Amino acid sequence: MVTTPLVPSDYLDLVSPLRAGADLRGRIEAVHPETGDAATVVIRPGRSWRGHTAGQYVRIGVDVDGVRLWRAYSITSPTNRQDGRVTITVKAIPDGRVSNHLVRRAKPGTLVQLDQPTGDFVLPLVTPTKVLYLTAGSGITPVMGMLRDIEFDDVVMVHCAPRPQDVIFRSELHDLVADKKLRLTEVHTDTDGILDIARLDELVPDWAERETWACGPAGLLDAAEGHWAEHGVQERLHTERFRPSIVVAGDGGEVTFSATGMTVDADGATPLLDIGEEAGVLMPSGCRMGICFGCVTPLKAGAVRDLRTGEITEAEPGVLIQTCVSAAAGPCDIER
Amino acid sequence: MTAIDPTAHLTAEQIEELGRELDAIRDAVIASRGEKDAAYIRKVISAQRKLELVSRGVLLFSFFPPAWLLGTAGLSVAKIMDNMEIGHNVLHGQWDWMRDPKIHSTTWEWDHVSPSEQWKHSHNELHHTYTNVIGKDNDLGYGIMRVDEDQTWHPFHLGQPLWNFINACFFEYGIAAYDLELGKNLPKRRRKNPEFRARAKAVGRKIRKQVLKDYVIHPLLSGPSFLTTLAATFTANLVRNIWTHSVIMCGHFPEGVQVFERRSIKGETRGQWYLRQMMGSANISGSRAMHFMTGNLSHQIEHHLFPDLPSNRYAEVAVKVRALFEKYELEYVTGPLPKQVVSAWHKVFRLSLPNKKPKVKTPDCEQELVAA
Repeated sequence: MVTTPLVPSDYLDLVSPLRAGADLRGRIEAVHPETGDAATVVIRPGRSWRGHTAGQYVRIGVDVDGVRLWRAYSITSPTNRQDGRVTITVKAIPDGRVSNHLVRRAKPGTLVQLDQPTGDFVLPLVTPTKVLYLTAGSGITPVMGMLRDIEFDDVVMVHCAPRPQDVIFRSELHDLVADKKLRLTEVHTDTDGILDIARLDELVPDWAERETWACGPAGLLDAAEGHWAEHGVQERLHTERFRPSIVVAGDGGEVTFSATGMTVDADGATPLLDIGEEAGVLMPSGCRMGICFGCVTPLKAGAVRDLRTGEITEAEPGVLIQTCVSAAAGPCDIER
Repeated sequence: MTAIDPTAHLTAEQIEELGRELDAIRDAVIASRGEKDAAYIRKVISAQRKLELVSRGVLLFSFFPPAWLLGTAGLSVAKIMDNMEIGHNVLHGQWDWMRDPKIHSTTWEWDHVSPSEQWKHSHNELHHTYTNVIGKDNDLGYGIMRVDEDQTWHPFHLGQPLWNFINACFFEYGIAAYDLELGKNLPKRRRKNPEFRARAKAVGRKIRKQVLKDYVIHPLLSGPSFLTTLAATFTANLVRNIWTHSVIMCGHFPEGVQVFERRSIKGETRGQWYLRQMMGSANISGSRAMHFMTGNLSHQIEHHLFPDLPSNRYAEVAVKVRALFEKYELEYVTGPLPKQVVSAWHKVFRLSLPNKKPKVKTPDCEQELVAA
């Protein structure tokens, strides 16, 4: 009543945006280059931060050229860091608006929006005795969060990167090797070619006995899933995908955003989230890869196709769809 | 509507070409929107909130006359900023592109008794689509005034200078009533319409909250300064109302602004729509501070051409738009605030009296001016 039509937090945010009870935000305190195109961003999260488990990721909302964009990045700092800060390590991908901004232009002092950390690409409660990490490129980031968190008895890592200088955390990994805390195989794909999954027998002869965490591009994970299944040990493989593997769905149709009163044509391969944003509808968004459910929206009419599985969802009362991984399967009506 | 059509010298092709040139101006701004613009609106919002906080703080001591003056002035400015540069423009969706849910037309609520939702409908949808079309755009005289010779005179209009003055003082309530279409909806049958009742209820809730805040809670918080704080808040609301009313009158009412007949917009092309906005709006010239305090509605012509471009870009757009007015030999109606206010009020007085429906309106209306 004192502040109507605003709420008191609108004023408190002016002086203390990271206070307890505020919408969760963080302040960038430093950006350290890791390789030519990767950097570690040190963030002081707000007081409502609940902490993370090694291997989890966080959604971060960054204003790039004035536009708020949300992405998910793995947390690379250990869970017991004394100063309360957390780090994410970001690799700039070609044309990646957020990643390039964070690696090359982000400035200390900038506020970013945060969500609580999440994800189940984590270690079990009982630490396994024999571990294999199979990673490629920036797929090393959640694994680094684990390596920094716990000391293992027997841990092997196979990591792929184009060239030695592209290996993120290379000197830290080599230190671990020197201390005999890690056995490491680097695959330099520029010279060695893409890792043939069958080579695992030679690189890590006991791979099938190891609890394995794999993270990297879809090609590597598909190959790994196939290989582990073939040997009947798929329950030992844990994977984390950064992007959904998109099935071309065909169809498409006219999409109505009923709350905004807008109708646009959509093809069958573009996520409804992109369609909506392109049309200027305020779409809630999150990880953009189908895992955070931050974008769920009622489907009022019509049908959509899940781009990952091809599954068709038809409108029914109470049906929510994830707009980031759903495309129009014929005309549909989205309540936004 | 005007017998001497100031756009008669333009061919259909020229009008479409004009439309394309305006589209190009718009595209250039959209392509260059970015960090600086976002920083601008965030800075304005933060400054407004700080100014309001400090002013209300000062008013706690408003029994002390200098504190009263300072607090009242600060609060008046804060309220003007809230309604004009921030509220009006955010509710136009000028900042939606930032995808910040806190600064978005779907979530913004302003310090005004008309709920955002209702105002967006009557203003963004009706007024901006049917700008200056008699019978379609209720902003023309707000249903209580006659603002063009071709509107039928009624003895009720004799009092319109008085209605207009009262409307200026309680402008936010006038707008709320206008958004509710009270005149149309008060007859018994309409009053029972559930949709109208829901909207009236929403307005009632908003009024209750605003009144409670301004005239009960903050005076009570001031303790011994209860009465002086009450007077200060009332004054600030009065100042804000008169100021916004004046600015808005200057947008469409000064002499030289055209109004249009219903049938003239049938099958209107994009070029013709642009042309109507150009001829139906008027600017206020002045300093940067003046533009800021009007919420950049001093660039009313540019605002009507591009209602969803960020307000901080209207000044640069105005240079290009004005060049187009010259190129196409059209009159760019503008002038300093006092001149435009006088001009608009003059029209209100003049048209409070009946006039012979002119077959051909002469550009020189001296005789009618004398009559007024």
